[in-house]
Amino acid sequence: MMQHAPALIVLIPMLLAPLVAMLRSPGAGWALFTAGAAGSFALSILVLEQVWSGGVVSYAMGGWVPPFGIEYRIDLANGLVLAVVSGIALLVAPFARASVAHEISEPRQYLFYACMLLCLCGLLGIAATGDAFNVFVFLEISSLSAYGLIAMGRSRRALLASFQYLVMGTVGGTFLLIGIGLLYAVTGTLNMADIAERLPATYDSRVTHAAVAFIFVGLSIKVALFPLHQWLPSAYAEAPSAVTAFMAATATKVAAYAMLRFADTVLGEALVFEQLPVGEIGVLLACVAMIAGSLVAIFQQDLKLLLAYSSLAQIGYIVLGIALGTADGASAGLLHVVAHAVVKCGLFVVAGVVIYRLGSERLDALNGLALRMPGVFAALVICGMGLVGVPATAGFVSKWALLQALIAEQAWVAAFTMLGSSLMAVIYIGVLIERAVFRAPDTSLSDTGITPLGAKLSLAALAVLTVLIGLWSDPIAQIANGAGAGLFEAGR
Amino acid sequence: MALQHDQVVLRIVTKLLAPLIMVFGLYVQFHGDFGPGGGFQAGVIFASAVILYGLVFGLDAARAVIPPRTLRLLAPLGVLLYAGTGVLTLLLGENFLSYNAIDPAHPAKGQHYGILAVELGVGITVASVMMLLFFAFAGRGKVKA
Repeated sequence: MMQHAPALIVLIPMLLAPLVAMLRSPGAGWALFTAGAAGSFALSILVLEQVWSGGVVSYAMGGWVPPFGIEYRIDLANGLVLAVVSGIALLVAPFARASVAHEISEPRQYLFYACMLLCLCGLLGIAATGDAFNVFVFLEISSLSAYGLIAMGRSRRALLASFQYLVMGTVGGTFLLIGIGLLYAVTGTLNMADIAERLPATYDSRVTHAAVAFIFVGLSIKVALFPLHQWLPSAYAEAPSAVTAFMAATATKVAAYAMLRFADTVLGEALVFEQLPVGEIGVLLACVAMIAGSLVAIFQQDLKLLLAYSSLAQIGYIVLGIALGTADGASAGLLHVVAHAVVKCGLFVVAGVVIYRLGSERLDALNGLALRMPGVFAALVICGMGLVGVPATAGFVSKWALLQALIAEQAWVAAFTMLGSSLMAVIYIGVLIERAVFRAPDTSLSDTGITPLGAKLSLAALAVLTVLIGLWSDPIAQIANGAGAGLFEAGR
Repeated sequence: MALQHDQVVLRIVTKLLAPLIMVFGLYVQFHGDFGPGGGFQAGVIFASAVILYGLVFGLDAARAVIPPRTLRLLAPLGVLLYAGTGVLTLLLGENFLSYNAIDPAHPAKGQHYGILAVELGVGITVASVMMLLFFAFAGRGKVKA
């Protein structure tokens, strides 16, 4: 059975989604979502272990040998992404139970879990596949289910947010498709490894250059890189809390992985970074995103919006790593994908618990949080420190790696921008903690008094993971280093 | 929504055409492995018969033909049929969707049956989703979806 694991990781959620839609029961939906996430996560870990010890794992869909058929190809980079995405789904699941029951009307809850499973399937598919067109198909699966999920938000504004994302996301998907189509036109193949082999002969072709432009603009929309980020803040703020926690930690991260894969493996660094100025543009936009995102986050009065703008800045870190065009940069980007996924998921679960108990996501609701909900407050502090990058947290590991990669490239401006953005993170996380500790609780908000057990579980696991990655960073750092080197090797 | 009773031509032509459209849909469905066609086109054609019926005789009449409740069961069922075929080949010891495993002695036959099953799944899902979309838009504001 183990040789089928690369397909099964994606298949499990794909099979469970229609099952949930047919059973029409919220309880069964939640149970199957949890089981699916757990199954995919367990298989991802097994495959990652297999890749670590035995090299790249390839799976031929339908028994058609690559490059003729669709190939699933797992190396360290996407093995790590698969584990992160399915792991986050598993960690969000306990919190989702109570939060979904609280925020979404009963007849729609089973559809929520079906959409979550489809979204998970799409995200895992993007990561697992070794076929360029398959990336687009799975991107659409994850995006379409995400539009539905965001539209289930608490207020009617969610519909507008979802529609905005739909318009932007469709443009992004179409650009990616045009880019892949152009690649197909010049190489005659869709298999990523095969494209990488044939593309160098067409490096001077205008078609290839156009393909690069289309692919990176399309993926930048999906990553929400400044200035193509307009959809993200409202989508994150209006979506149901469980969706925000899941998507903030996975959707943009998987798009960032796709960017890495296309830049380093499929198109090749010689084209993307040496011949064309994608790297320079990426570094510039990443720097602007880091400063602008953090700056706007400081002045937010809404907890979810604050975290969403902070995500824009954090995406800047990841893109900065990718845009350096070095193996160290790529592995730093991947490390930050892991670190930010855990940390931001934890912070959005905190926001979800505050909404669950107080019914408000204004910053005022945080006043006196330390007394009101000490456990939740502890998670806020730990994940907040992870976001800032305090030593012994996950954020420190990735930011340190990124800083070293920047110094190796002597990118001083970017390095100082990154440190500046981290200092601004101290301010907006500090504002949250200041409110929680020193201000009197807002008595006009009625507290339901109980944090759901599932939410406690999710928060505890994410907070522990934040510290664990910070203290015991070797395994993940080694995987990320191997992944960065592997991405470039595969492109040669 | 229903047309006036004096629209005789439309009513008669619809009654004549609807079964033909459905048969043509089935032809496209099951002839897809030999000629142009397949589940996607077949599903749309099949659903268009019901949609035409609904346009002429009214939404309630079309709902009586196929209740949305049933459609909401059929749409995921098609996906399950597709994925289930793949799981069957997995259980038979081959890769996902390797139809050869269905009839190892005659791989070509295995491919044939596999494609038929998968395309049927596509057809069922596409037809039910098309009809659900029509019901959802046409019944906007009148009934709960």
